Amino acid sequence: MIPVPGSVHAMNELSASSRITYRAVRVRPGVARRIRGLSDKTLAWLFITPTIVLLLAINIFPLLWTIYLSFTNYRANRANVPTIWLGADWYQSILTDPDIWAAMQVTAHFVIWTVVIETVLGFGLAYLIDKKFRGHGLWTTIILLPMMLSPAVVGNFWTFLYQPQIGLFNYVVAFFSGRDASSFQMLGDVTLSPWAIVIVDAWMWTPYVMLICLAGLRSIPDYIFEAAEVDRASKWRQFWSITLPMALPFIMLAVLFRGIENFKMFDMVNLLTGGGPGSTTEVASITLKRAAFESWRTGYSSAFAIILFVTVFGLANIYVKALNKVKSR
Amino acid sequence: MIVDANPSIARRGFSDRVLRRGPLEALATTIIAAGVVMLMQPFSLTLYSWSFATTLFGTVMFTIVSKVRE
Repeated sequence: MIPVPGSVHAMNELSASSRITYRAVRVRPGVARRIRGLSDKTLAWLFITPTIVLLLAINIFPLLWTIYLSFTNYRANRANVPTIWLGADWYQSILTDPDIWAAMQVTAHFVIWTVVIETVLGFGLAYLIDKKFRGHGLWTTIILLPMMLSPAVVGNFWTFLYQPQIGLFNYVVAFFSGRDASSFQMLGDVTLSPWAIVIVDAWMWTPYVMLICLAGLRSIPDYIFEAAEVDRASKWRQFWSITLPMALPFIMLAVLFRGIENFKMFDMVNLLTGGGPGSTTEVASITLKRAAFESWRTGYSSAFAIILFVTVFGLANIYVKALNKVKSR
Repeated sequence: MIVDANPSIARRGFSDRVLRRGPLEALATTIIAAGVVMLMQPFSLTLYSWSFATTLFGTVMFTIVSKVRE
């Protein structure tokens, strides 16, 4: 309500507002002068200091502590035992251990095949979705569903799908191959289990690669294809000379991202096979978990974690470089 | 008397051509990639043993050269 000048209501309003102003003037000058006395730089530091402290406490301190532990014989289950400085002994031990080398090869098998399958299928799906056929929105949503699930959920229900007696996967394979459904075990067989985890990861993460590739395909301007049409270039030629080269930085980005993620893969493999049978699906992160929380070799596992960290950090540098290349387009 | 036809363009030496961010970053990236391949290859234990040193060198090099002028 707007007060009419001279009325009692207006007087009350004014007196109320002046009282507020008076109080504000009485309370604020000290704070205001103090804040006014701070430079912009000091204020900026004041605001970001809590974040920096939190970051140091959560990220940097554990990293530095892990680096320190990697040079000692520390065991988390025997914290009272005096710690001895071992130098680079654990690093030397890990980097000459054939079992760890075997775990790295299992990781390589997993990373290479998942990345290849996800890239080929993801790009293929993106190419089809980009054609904007009838109902493509619905299909995009359906294709994206696996990506939205938690790896724990995926691990659990694929364990059921791979069951030799009741699993749907075995029945589908039996239907097409003519073999008996219970004659093979995807998770229990030494030859099949590495492929079982590849299939699940490809099923889950192909949609993600598809999304990145779709962004790449949508970024290609139409006039380039129109110019190619004028020059009577065939669809095949257009694909190899325009579509693929222009979508390549995005494909590279997807390859790097999935490569890094799968190099660190733990949850899904742990739920599906737990590294077995034997050590056929024991990827590096599962070996690390076993050393850290089953053998309680904290110093050793810290050194192993640092080796994996440096590898991922190196790959992340390449990833950032590729990302900048995509941004500059 | 010899008159330089284009005196404003300074001749670039070897260091100017090579010690730039682009080529150095490419070199660091190649070293990192080589380290990762060495880590996961199934052929030689010696290569595996040197993989960490290679990756670490490439990563440190990348961090340093990313601060070099363009």
